[in-house]
Amino acid sequence: MKLLIKGGRIIDPSQQIDKVADLLIEGDRIDSIIPANSSQSPSSEMRIFDAGGLVVVPGFIDLHVHLREPGEEYKETIASGAAAAVAGGFTSICAMPNTKPVNDHASVTRYIIDKAREAGFARVYPVGAITRESKGEELAEMAEMKAAGAVAVSDDGRPVMDSQVVRHALEYARDHDLVMVDHCQDVQLSAGGVINEGRYSTLLGLKGMSGAAEESHVNRDIMLAKLTGARVHIAHISTSNSVKLVAAARENGVAVTCEVTPHHLALTDAAVVGFDTNTKMNPPLRSEEDRRYLIEKVADGTIDAIATDHAPHHSDEKMLEYDRAPFGVVGLETALGVTLTVLFHTGLVSLPRIIEMLTIGPARAFAIPGGTLAVGAPADVTVFDPNREWVVDPQRFRSKSRNTPFAGWRLRGAVAATFVGGREVFRARE
Amino acid sequence: MIRAGSCTRSATEMPFNRKDLLGIRELSVEEITTILDTAESFKEVSARSIKKVPALRGKTVINLFFEASTRTRTSFELAAKRLSADAVNISTSTSSVSKGESLIDTAQNLQAMSPDAIVIRHPSPGVPQQLSRLVSASIINGGDGAHEHPTQALLDAFTIREHKGQIGGLQIAIVGDIMHSRVARSNVHLLTRLGAHVRIAGPRTLIPVAYDRLIENSEGSLTICDHIDEAIAGSDVVMMLRIQRERMSDAFFPSLKEYSIQYGLTLRRLETAASDCIVMHPGPVNRGVEISSDVVDSARSLILDQVTNGVAVRMAILFLLIGSEAQ
Repeated sequence: MKLLIKGGRIIDPSQQIDKVADLLIEGDRIDSIIPANSSQSPSSEMRIFDAGGLVVVPGFIDLHVHLREPGEEYKETIASGAAAAVAGGFTSICAMPNTKPVNDHASVTRYIIDKAREAGFARVYPVGAITRESKGEELAEMAEMKAAGAVAVSDDGRPVMDSQVVRHALEYARDHDLVMVDHCQDVQLSAGGVINEGRYSTLLGLKGMSGAAEESHVNRDIMLAKLTGARVHIAHISTSNSVKLVAAARENGVAVTCEVTPHHLALTDAAVVGFDTNTKMNPPLRSEEDRRYLIEKVADGTIDAIATDHAPHHSDEKMLEYDRAPFGVVGLETALGVTLTVLFHTGLVSLPRIIEMLTIGPARAFAIPGGTLAVGAPADVTVFDPNREWVVDPQRFRSKSRNTPFAGWRLRGAVAATFVGGREVFRARE
Repeated sequence: MIRAGSCTRSATEMPFNRKDLLGIRELSVEEITTILDTAESFKEVSARSIKKVPALRGKTVINLFFEASTRTRTSFELAAKRLSADAVNISTSTSSVSKGESLIDTAQNLQAMSPDAIVIRHPSPGVPQQLSRLVSASIINGGDGAHEHPTQALLDAFTIREHKGQIGGLQIAIVGDIMHSRVARSNVHLLTRLGAHVRIAGPRTLIPVAYDRLIENSEGSLTICDHIDEAIAGSDVVMMLRIQRERMSDAFFPSLKEYSIQYGLTLRRLETAASDCIVMHPGPVNRGVEISSDVVDSARSLILDQVTNGVAVRMAILFLLIGSEAQ
């Protein structure tokens, strides 16, 4: 079975391709990129997808998703999360281990992979825990989890405070060629904090989390990566100083990568005025200076990936006092629209650079397949309309949760279709 | 600059078109002045032998207190009753919050009782805002965490205006635990808006970051001082804030004794203030800690005037929010 995605603008940063052409898929693999309008004799064996006026790119990869299953299926399931992913153009997502139970054992890893296979939307790559139950004490069985399919280790949301444990985790992860993903936060320094520490925390009387609470752990991780020779990935980097630390470390040859979320690129702590708990996430929305710096470092290639930190919560849980509501927002279905609206349509970042951060950038950071339209690669393809306008209506999300700070936003840029392994898994309604 | 006190417009000429009183930050100079002028006319009611007017007869006011409070709750209760409204008190021990009831359920249940106004005090900043979006009754912020305490600031301004004639041009020192103080935040908004210059002092551990940017264009109207003496020198008004013992265990300062020596207000310290300087405190007072007894009991102290004026100011607020449409 062949599929011809015809007449779209193909952008594949992994091969520096940006041209109008046809993409031929055979079975579950990329067959070739063919010059546009070259005479392809239509056959009954070939389906045609008309991508005229659309952009055709490698399927997006999200390094940072919370699927909530097992344990909190009322917020999200692996199936609903994977369906939300493909609706947002993501063909691969990495599932953070803070489920109930924690993914700290190969049996949980296998459960996630089996459930994802059953669901059949996006590819799901589990991230295993660094420590048992993510308690920050004893190492989890990383090698077993890797053998079961885990692609990285992280105690996301429960930062490991004991630096000696981090050191051992890095040494051990290095032995097994696993990248350690760190949610950088000195939880003592940020104790009780619910928003960024700055003018708005002071104005609103909410307890602040200083940038220093993130930066001190970014710095610690960089020092330990240097000491151990292991690979570290800084999750959802949010302050200008953190990015500067990463850039300087790389110049010194330390193997460190980082990701940024669409909400940290689009919003600042000014959004908290009004106390909408859908503006509460961790790390918190930062200052306008931080936001501008992050965009600059997206544009110049310092930041490796855009990751959503998709964190579903039931609306009953979010309907609480601001300082008691849980941290986190959903992001899979708004990531492309927000990113294009805030970065591309403002002229701040080029389209190929944005695509790079959603495809080959994250693929390289975790050494996972995909992110490319190279001949023979898995046929994971996303087709989108960069100009289509739509208004965010959380009631229409495929995700089970509605906790977005972008409700009612008019966004420009929408997914048209998503293919995983050559199979159409999402098509936008006309 | 419009100066408070110079404005003679009465409440009837200057309507107060708000559903809620959530904070000082969103109030205009005209609205603040309307509240203070209205309070002036209500103050006389409390001095009568029959302390009651029928202005809010048939109205219901719920005092919903999720935090211990005697002064503010009693003040609101008296204010409602002196206006002939029915006042009901709900406090934490009898509320359902401890049973895990969510904000929306609390709101819907209260709404179902058709109150005209809900006075809410809550330890979490923003709860009055959140509730105001969920219920049609007027919400009055009776203090939300470290965010705002608008009625306290209004009664403080009323007291200052009563003694100084106006607020514009005054030098006002606010000293103590600035970080956890909603009273300080609301007062900074209110007093600078009315043209006063506010000086802030306290241990650096208890002054939150960017406090000098609490208000827009703070230049010339808000100063963070390095020492209490710098704040007090030449001040027309000194407002002391209560220091809470539990701050010690959070390592904000070493001991109450050291705090008292470094930041406590004494008569000796007051010598550098203006000769007619007045002293205020939102209460309850820790005698001998943030303020010495001889200051509390001195003629300069207006601490009890503040309490008296609190009732008048809260009567004015209730009247302006839920009384006007009945006329």
